[in-house]
Amino acid sequence: MKVTIDGQSIDVEPGTTILQAARMIGGESVPPAMCYYSKLKGSGGKCRCCLVEVSKGSEADPRPMPKLVASCVTGVMDGMEVNSTASERVTDARKSVTEFLLINHPLDCPVCDQAGECDLQNLSFKHGKSETRYIEEKRTFEPEDIGPNIQLHMNRCILCYRCVMVADQLTDGRVHGVLDRGDHSNISTCISKAIDNEFSGNMIDVCPVGALTDKTFRFKSRVWFNKPFNAHRNCDKCCGKTTVWMFGNEIQRVTGRKDEYHEVEEFICNECRFDHKDANDWVIEGPRRFEKDSVINANNYTRKIAPVVIETEEKILLGRDEDRKKISMASRPLRPEEQEVFKEGNV
Amino acid sequence: MDRSIRIHQDINITDALMARINELLSHYPDDKRKSALLPILHEVQDAHDNWLSVELMDKVAEIIGIKPIEVYEVASFYTMYNLKPIGKYMFEFCQTSCCAINGVENLMDYTCDKLGIEVGKTTADGMFTVKGVECLGACGYAPMMQLGDFYHENLTPAKIDQLIEDCRAGKINMTNHGTEDITR
Amino acid sequence: MAQKILLDKINVPGIKGYEVYRQNGGYASVEKALKMTPDEIVEEVKTSGLRGRGGAGFPAGMKWSFIDKKSGKPRHLVCNADESEPGTFKDRFLMEYIPHLLIEGMITSSYALGANLSYIYIRGEYMWVFKILEKAIAEAKAAGWLGKNIKGSGYDLELYVHCGAGAYICGEETALIESLEGKRGNPRIKPPFPAVSGLWANPTVVNNVETIAAVPWIVMNTGAEYAKIGIGRSTGTKLISASGHIKNPGVYEIELGLSVYEFMNSDEYLGGMSSDRPLKAFVPGGSSVPILPANLIYKTANGEDRLMSYESLSDGGFATGSMLGSGGFIVYNDTSCIVRNTWNFSRFYHHESCGQCSPCREGTGWLEKVLHRIENGHGREEDIDLLWSIQAKIEGNTICPLGDAAAWPVAAAIRHFRDEFEYHVRFPEKIKNRDHFVEEPFEKVKHLIAKATV
Repeated sequence: MKVTIDGQSIDVEPGTTILQAARMIGGESVPPAMCYYSKLKGSGGKCRCCLVEVSKGSEADPRPMPKLVASCVTGVMDGMEVNSTASERVTDARKSVTEFLLINHPLDCPVCDQAGECDLQNLSFKHGKSETRYIEEKRTFEPEDIGPNIQLHMNRCILCYRCVMVADQLTDGRVHGVLDRGDHSNISTCISKAIDNEFSGNMIDVCPVGALTDKTFRFKSRVWFNKPFNAHRNCDKCCGKTTVWMFGNEIQRVTGRKDEYHEVEEFICNECRFDHKDANDWVIEGPRRFEKDSVINANNYTRKIAPVVIETEEKILLGRDEDRKKISMASRPLRPEEQEVFKEGNV
Repeated sequence: MDRSIRIHQDINITDALMARINELLSHYPDDKRKSALLPILHEVQDAHDNWLSVELMDKVAEIIGIKPIEVYEVASFYTMYNLKPIGKYMFEFCQTSCCAINGVENLMDYTCDKLGIEVGKTTADGMFTVKGVECLGACGYAPMMQLGDFYHENLTPAKIDQLIEDCRAGKINMTNHGTEDITR
Repeated sequence: MAQKILLDKINVPGIKGYEVYRQNGGYASVEKALKMTPDEIVEEVKTSGLRGRGGAGFPAGMKWSFIDKKSGKPRHLVCNADESEPGTFKDRFLMEYIPHLLIEGMITSSYALGANLSYIYIRGEYMWVFKILEKAIAEAKAAGWLGKNIKGSGYDLELYVHCGAGAYICGEETALIESLEGKRGNPRIKPPFPAVSGLWANPTVVNNVETIAAVPWIVMNTGAEYAKIGIGRSTGTKLISASGHIKNPGVYEIELGLSVYEFMNSDEYLGGMSSDRPLKAFVPGGSSVPILPANLIYKTANGEDRLMSYESLSDGGFATGSMLGSGGFIVYNDTSCIVRNTWNFSRFYHHESCGQCSPCREGTGWLEKVLHRIENGHGREEDIDLLWSIQAKIEGNTICPLGDAAAWPVAAAIRHFRDEFEYHVRFPEKIKNRDHFVEEPFEKVKHLIAKATV
C-alpha cells in the first residue's frame, strides 16, 4: 500500500497506521504521540496530539476526510495522502491540544524528575506558547502513596492510560486505574494500595510526563547530568537489557532502553530496575545513543572532553567540586587509577 | 472525594438480594458477567442505605469475579453511585437549562434554608441531603427533582414543604414498584 | 388532525398492559415480520426513509444494512434509551405510557438484523421506567413473543433491559456499549464501527427508542406509506419534547414539515408563549444544537418559512440555522439570560465529559469557568474572543461528538447574542442578581452597549 505523508511516499503493509508509516519515513513529519505506545495494545487516540489531515482518502475513494484524524489509530489506505507538518490546520490543532494539556499542568519542571526526558516538555517546546490565557486556579489532586518504588504525581498526569494498560497487559493483578470522570479523572488505587507487582516499574518508563517517577531516583540528579549506558545482566524474570544512568561510578537509575520515540525496546522487571544499583551487577555495553537534539546529549560522548579550567576556580568555586564533575564527566565508568587522575581535572 | 477517610458499612447480602443478583447475571452470556456490574451496583446500593463503601464494592467484585479496581473505576464514573453516606432522603434537583429558567435555583435556596444546610450537604439528623444534578429528562415539567426512584415535577415551595413533611412522617415511598400504576 | 404513528393509541385506557395493547393490534408487526425474510424488512425500513431519532439523523435502514453478517458472530440490537440531552424527554414518555410498542419494535427489528440477544439500555434515573419495561418484557415473554422458537417461526430472541447510572456520555453509541459491558462510559475510537465490532466485539446496531418504535408501523403499512408522510428527506413523524416558556409543554408527535410557527402557536401544539413576555430565542433539538434568536425562528435567513424538518432547521448552516437534533424544543422569553443559559449548558458538558481525550476534558471545564466569570460580573472584554477560540479548538478535535456538542451552543450564543456578553462584561453591577433580566429585560438596556462601544 502506498501512502504519501507531507509529499514523501512509502510502501507499507495493510493494517499499518498513519503514525507508523510516518515513523518509517522519519524526520519532521512524524506526529507527536503522548498516549500512543506501540507496545501496548489498545493505546492511542486519546491525547489528540497526533492529529493529521487526510487530503485524499485513498485511490478508490479520493475524497478528503472532513475532520482531522488521530494518526495513531487510523489505518492507511492505498493511495492515501496525508498532511502532517504541511498543513496549517494540523499545526493549529497541535497548538490547541498543547494549550489544553498545559492549562492545568503545574509547570513544575524545575522540581520534576522527568524534566529533560519529558514528552510534554518537548511538545510545548515545539507547539506551545510562552504565555497562558488561562487565569483560573489550576486543578489539583490529593497526593496518594502507591508504594515504595513509584511516586505518583497526579497533578502532572495527562491521562494517557498507558500505565493502566501496562498493569493490564504486563501484570496479572491490576490494582490501579482511572477513577472519577471528566477533568477530575485521576490515576489511583482508590484505597492507597501499594502497586508492587513484578513489572509495575514499567509504568514509570511508559509515563510520558512526570506523573509516575522512580522513587529510588527521586531528586537525585537531573537526567542530563547522568550518563546513560546500555547494560545487561542475567535475569530470570525479564530480558535483563537495560539502560543504566550513571553519575561517576554510581548507578543512579535503571530504565528500559528507550528508542527515539521514547518507547522501551523491551519491558524490564522491578528487580533489575530497583534492586541493582551496584555497577558490578551489570555488564556495561557502551553508551546509549539519544536523538541529536535531546537535552541528555548535553553530556554527549562524541565530543572530546577537555578539562574544564577556570582560572579563578580556587577562589570562587570552592566547594563546588560536584558541579565541576558534572560538566566534565568521563564518557565511561572509570577504572580506579583513572579516578585518581579525574580528581585532578582530566583523564 | 477524600479517600483517606474510611467509613464502616455493615454488609448484608440477603438471600433475596443474592437471588436478584443472580437473576441480573443471567441476562448476560456466562463469560460476560462483568456486564451485570451496573445493575448489580444499583441493587446492592439500594439495600445498603444508598451508598457503596469500599468493602461493599470489594464484595461485588468477588461475586462477579472481577478485580476490585474495576468496580471502583465504574462506581466513581457514574454519578448515581454514592461513595459516601448520604441522607435518608436525597433531594436531587435538576439544574439544567429548563429547570434553571423556571427557577430551580431559587427553589434550591428555599429548600436549603428550610433544612438549614448547603447544597451537597446532609442534615445533622441524617434525614435529608440536597444535591444539584444535571438534566433528568423532565424539562417540560420544570422545576423538578428526583427522590429515590421517582420524579417530583412542577415543584413549588408549597410542594417542597409538603414533601419534607411527608418524608418526616415516613409517608414517602422511595423504591416500591409493587403497585399497579407506578408512574409518579 | 395530523397523522399519529407512535402516540396513536396513547390514550387508550390500560394500553400500558399487555392485554389491552394486544387487543388494539399490538404485536401484529411481529406476526407479519416472521413471515417475511429479514432482508425484506431491512428493505422496507430503507424505503421508509426513517432517520435515526436520537439526534444525528442517520438513515436507519442504511445503518442496518451495514451490520456484518459474514463473520458469523452473534449479532445484537441495542436500544438507546439513555435519553439525557437537556430539553429531551420524549423516549421516557413513550416507554412510560406505551412500553409494549418499544418491545414490539425491538422484536421486529432484532428479527430483521438476525439478532438473538438484544438489550434496551435505559438511563439509571428512569428507574421506574426500567421496572415498567421489565414488567412488559415479562408479559411479552409469557405471551410467547420472546424466548425460543417465537410463535413457531424457529426464531429465538432474548431481550433484557440494562440500566445506566448517570452519565450523559453513555448516549453516545460506543460509550453505551462500553457501559453495557460493565465498564466506564468512555467512547471507543471509530473505526471499527459497532456494526462490525460492537457489544463484546460482536456486530451490533444501536438505535434510539423512537426509531425502533416506528418500525412496527413501517412493517404493517410498508415503507412506501411511511415515506409519504413528512417532507423531502424528512419522512414520517417525529416526537418533539417541548419545554421552556410556552403554554403547553410536553411531548408532541408531529408530521415532519409542520411549520415552526404553527407548532409554536397553534392550540393543538404549544399554544404560544406562557405569558405576555416576548419570544427571545429557541433551541430546536436539545442543548447541543445552536440556539437561534427570535428573527431566525419562524423564517430562514432567505425569508422562507422555517419548518420542523431536518433540512429546514439546518437551513443556512450554523450561521443562520440550527439542527432538528433529538427534538428537544426549548423556548426562551426575554426574562432568560443567554449568557447564564450558555454557562448552564457549559456546566452540563463539563460535568458530563468522560475525561478521556484532552480537548474535551480540559476545554469544557475552561469554557465553563470563563462563562461563569462573565455571568458573575468578573468578565473581561477579551474573554468573549477567548470563548470563541476555546470552542473552535475543541470542535472537531475530539474522539466523540460530545466535544462538538459542548462547542456549538457557545459558538451560537456568541454569534447571535454577542451584545449580551458585552453587556455582562461592561456592566457587572447590573447582572449581580441571578434573575437580572426579569425586571429589566435586555431589550431595555441594550442601548447602553451602543453607547459604550467606542
